[in-house]
Amino acid sequence: MVIGAAHVLSHMPTKVERWKDEAYGMEIRDHLERFASEGFQSIPEDERDAWFERFKWWGLYHQRKGQESYFMLRVGTPMGRMTPEQLRTVGEVAREYATGPVDNPEFGEAYADFTTRQSIQLHWIDIEDVPAVFDELESVGLSTMQACGDSWRNIVGSPVAGRDADEHVDVWPIVQNLHDRFKGNDLYTNLPRKWKVAVTGDYRGAGQGDINDLAFEPAVKEVGDESAEGFNVRVGGGLARKEPRFARDIDVFCRPENVPAVAAGLSGLFRDYGDREDRFNARMKFLVDEWGPEKVRSVLQEEYVDYELPTAGEDLRDEYDYNAGRADAPGDYVGVYEQRDGQHFVGLSVLVGRMAAEDVIELADLADAYGSEMIGLTQRQNVIVGDIADEDLSAFLEEPLLEEYSPDPHPFMRGSIACTGTEYCSLSIVETKNRMVRYARWLRDNVAVPEGVEDFHIHLSGCTASCAQPQIADISLRGMKTRKDGDAVEAFDVGLGGGLGENPRFADWIEMRVPADEVPGYIANLLETYEAEREDSESFRSFVAGRDESELADLADPEETSYEDPYLANTKMTWYPYAEDDAMSASPAPTDSNDEPLATDD
Amino acid sequence: MPTAVHQLDDGAWISVNDSREVTVSDLWRLATDDFCSCSLTDFLSEGFVEVAADGPHVEARVAGQCIRCGASGVTGWLTLGRVDPDTDTFYPVDQGAIRRPNCQSADPN
Repeated sequence: MVIGAAHVLSHMPTKVERWKDEAYGMEIRDHLERFASEGFQSIPEDERDAWFERFKWWGLYHQRKGQESYFMLRVGTPMGRMTPEQLRTVGEVAREYATGPVDNPEFGEAYADFTTRQSIQLHWIDIEDVPAVFDELESVGLSTMQACGDSWRNIVGSPVAGRDADEHVDVWPIVQNLHDRFKGNDLYTNLPRKWKVAVTGDYRGAGQGDINDLAFEPAVKEVGDESAEGFNVRVGGGLARKEPRFARDIDVFCRPENVPAVAAGLSGLFRDYGDREDRFNARMKFLVDEWGPEKVRSVLQEEYVDYELPTAGEDLRDEYDYNAGRADAPGDYVGVYEQRDGQHFVGLSVLVGRMAAEDVIELADLADAYGSEMIGLTQRQNVIVGDIADEDLSAFLEEPLLEEYSPDPHPFMRGSIACTGTEYCSLSIVETKNRMVRYARWLRDNVAVPEGVEDFHIHLSGCTASCAQPQIADISLRGMKTRKDGDAVEAFDVGLGGGLGENPRFADWIEMRVPADEVPGYIANLLETYEAEREDSESFRSFVAGRDESELADLADPEETSYEDPYLANTKMTWYPYAEDDAMSASPAPTDSNDEPLATDD
Repeated sequence: MPTAVHQLDDGAWISVNDSREVTVSDLWRLATDDFCSCSLTDFLSEGFVEVAADGPHVEARVAGQCIRCGASGVTGWLTLGRVDPDTDTFYPVDQGAIRRPNCQSADPN
């Protein structure tokens, strides 16, 4: 008999909690600097698991097996908002420090990844270089603090808040306040698990609050003759581990000035009542499952806030179009948009969110030259350049760099998102970014775009951690394995019809365990059927929603095509999937800061 | 010395004596009637749920699914390998071995 996962998952390790009790938070910085000065080998082997867990609080993840001594470093940028100077520094740090023993065949020697939570990830960082990296980042006001680990993560929202010509509340001052208040705050340093917050002030729903632990959503509350602008509060959203939840309405309206108090109350509630004995059950979504939204509200009221919480106001969700799969509005920020001051912001497509370090620097210089004071990273892994004057717009759009990072890209290039994958990540089952690049190019070159479709969202995630947000895409790809001609190959479960908006919906998982080289053929067949059978300008999401599971299964079959997949074998068991000799035994790691192998006891 | 085992990366790896030794996303063949109706379960390991050391043997219960029939769930205790008490070296069960829950798997190499 199969034992239910929910039952068995109640016996999880508490070792992480013990490690955190011994040392965590700000103090880890001193240890990091000590290890950096003494070298990777100074981290005692029997303490490495504990230290690597603690380093996360300062934004450092140890890379996967075969890449020992290398770290991923994450920079949290609230709402993805940066200055051109900050972006240039990121590019310079990437060029100087984010290089490893082997180049990536698609992206070269050094690059930066823009993530689905509006942060930046750099790879191949040596611990010896961490103090210098911190110094450079902090000299322009950037930080890796709490970019990972069990605490307040990067706060997400629309990067064009305050500039958007079409918004309810400018949330940028609110988010800056939250960022300052909850980063490095001892009271919230050590939570049971990560704590993800979204603040949305626009009419588009660009904060994607529904998939966060805590969401402030634009709302209006009538109080007597007064109409107050503010937010409704939702809690307990998240996508990971085949346990997706949309954040749930706790019937609270919050004026802008009360956002810090409510945020402190809810993150305090999570700190005190979240499950510290079972990390698989630790996220806020499971506490909301257990308690229900009514109890969350009553405990918040009774124990954590000292004013009477108003009931929810009238939300504005019917206007949401961000990643909503609507036929009448774009689902992203790619393109040219007018700001409220008459200038323009220009959204550029960055395929799978990865940009070469030299291009990052060039984009920063370009933004600076055009007088921009705002760079924005979006949750669709794209980048925005703000403040382009009307008279400069034509010249800006003609810049050669925008041929690669286009404001008017092909729909398949525009809508493609991918997580880190087996290139660096311990959790992923399959190769992701380079494969998604190849998928997008093949689709662009071989598949007719259905009439009227301008952005078509394909999210490719390497595992159930769901970092590429696979459940909320037109086509969802989640890493799997299967056998093909008897051999184990990388594969995907394929879901259809997910998205956010007024009525968010998770994808229906329709085709399971499709070999990776048959996915493009499946998508081609599916879109051909969609084009033939849809009614008028029906969106893909609506087309899927109108069909039951068996009808969806009949829409298309996987198929081999001219697409060739170089990563079909088990990339996880290589030391680096793109190395000429990729065998684990060929890994040079651990290495010194010059990528030369360190002597080991073996 | 007792064998020290624990999970890392939220169940993606098992550490044996402070060394990452076994990861998820491999395909294992399971001989068991308890997981699915396939004559031989073609099991994709997706997450380590519990891990323990029984003398030199490292065992775990593993969440995953049969890629032949799609059944998903958690296995009984599976032997993943053994630690040589003289050298502390971990020897994993051969990738192609047929594994049986709750008993020693076929000949750890």
